[in-house]
Amino acid sequence: MSEIKTYDVIVLGAGPAGLAAGYAAKQAGADVLIVEREDRAGGILKQCIHDGFGIIRFKQKLTGPEYAERYIKMVNELSIPMLMSTFVLGIQKNNELFELQLVNKKNGVFALRARALVLANGCRERTSKQVFIHGSRPAGIYTAGTAQYFVNIMGMLPCKECVILGSGDIGLIMARRLTLEGSKVLGVYEAKSTPSGLARNIVQCLEDYNIPLYLSHTITRIIGSGRVEAVEISKVDESMKPISGTEQVVKCDGVILSVGLVPENEIAESLDIKLDPNTKGPLVDQNFMTTMEGVFSCGNALHVNDLVDYVSESGELAGLQASRYARNSHNRNLIEIKSNNRDFLYVVPQYIDTSSDNKSAVIYYRSRDVKQNVKVIIRCGYNIVYQNKHSVIRPPEMEKAELDLSNISINQDCKLEIIMTEG
Amino acid sequence: MRKITCIICPRGCTLEIEEAQGNEGYIVTGQMCKRGREFAINELTNPTRTITTTVKTIYPEIPRLPVKTSGEVPLGKIFEVMKVIDKAVVTHMVKSGEVIVKNVLDLDVDIVAASDMYIMMGV
Repeated sequence: MSEIKTYDVIVLGAGPAGLAAGYAAKQAGADVLIVEREDRAGGILKQCIHDGFGIIRFKQKLTGPEYAERYIKMVNELSIPMLMSTFVLGIQKNNELFELQLVNKKNGVFALRARALVLANGCRERTSKQVFIHGSRPAGIYTAGTAQYFVNIMGMLPCKECVILGSGDIGLIMARRLTLEGSKVLGVYEAKSTPSGLARNIVQCLEDYNIPLYLSHTITRIIGSGRVEAVEISKVDESMKPISGTEQVVKCDGVILSVGLVPENEIAESLDIKLDPNTKGPLVDQNFMTTMEGVFSCGNALHVNDLVDYVSESGELAGLQASRYARNSHNRNLIEIKSNNRDFLYVVPQYIDTSSDNKSAVIYYRSRDVKQNVKVIIRCGYNIVYQNKHSVIRPPEMEKAELDLSNISINQDCKLEIIMTEG
Repeated sequence: MRKITCIICPRGCTLEIEEAQGNEGYIVTGQMCKRGREFAINELTNPTRTITTTVKTIYPEIPRLPVKTSGEVPLGKIFEVMKVIDKAVVTHMVKSGEVIVKNVLDLDVDIVAASDMYIMMGV
């Protein structure tokens, strides 16, 4: 048997996070390999043919494939090896080295070793089972991403007259896409009282095409055997419970679900890495290192981002820090960042490693509710280290705070705390 | 006065626009950057959009090629432009930016490839 090759950094996933991580790790001098289970790099960007990607990163409105291509070219220029159509079977940590079992068509089952790992596995869509739509399983129910794959990659129309459940961005974008391709989108139904997607997508995907948005409404039953024939729609109360007597039947042949994304962390869980119940991604420090030394997380596997630009940004940081760890690890001193679930959906990172040389931290946060005229403050004891006024803060829009930690003494008695106040 | 959500960037500012007294054009408020004003005036007088869609190809590995308009087209012309794009077929390998349909409907806008088929094929 041939000798097992050891890399400084192995990146799992060749979507926007993984490509950026591989690029940054290589630029920092690491010996890097990117592993991808699909046959092409680019991740979900391959099917996101709409534009608006890269406004922050490249100061241009690019389509998803164009954005992905830029990173694929950057990775190719540095001659970073990529193993495509390759699946990870298992990972063990032995004596500070990670041993990966992989499988692909060319090599069969084989092993590789790495000093550091970057998990860039992206996220998955919630399915109909996860939002408790019960009943028979006729054809015609798709997640928005599956419908997007049918239309944009295969060139097939999944339905002629459909309803969309959930007002997430992909659902809104698919409402426009299906309309442009000749389907009739009868309406977008959202159980919450505010839209989940960005305001610009409500305008350019729904209002431009006169597609109605029904807030505080949900699908309570799917009718049809073999193929979807209709859905039963009900109004819901503030606690999102259907109000009886409000049911109405809408005839359609398709149901598109856009009910949220969940970070993919099967590999992290197999390594017993601790996950945050709020983000569903790993708990990390300011270097995006998880609770397991040497394992980094980035992109939508860490938390679901609203912009790919931030996904790349987190990939670059994780890749750089993974390459540093591979060469020179240090004992971490993790101090938690205090936050509360009442005001915040989540805050990332959850820890500061006070013994790291990296004294700059970017704190990402999302508000739990739509609020006007609030101040977000980050303090360390009585010392206010950051404050930002938001005239309006909305859950779909991720906010970020850039902190310089070099003059702040964080310790167990003086933790960073993020608070939201009026004013 | 009309309320408009700016779609230039993901921030989505709420703009308010009204015609100014006399010959001063429009008064636009609520924008957090310079682009908001121009957007609000266009939205009131001639709203335009970029179209992103796909065209057929002759390659079974890539049945569809992502394309976009090289500039914005009037909102009201979108379905007419889509009809032209629907008829186009890509019969050779193209790179991003290559023109697929020239000067669509005489709008001074081309339909261009928004993906590199060589990268899509992995070559």
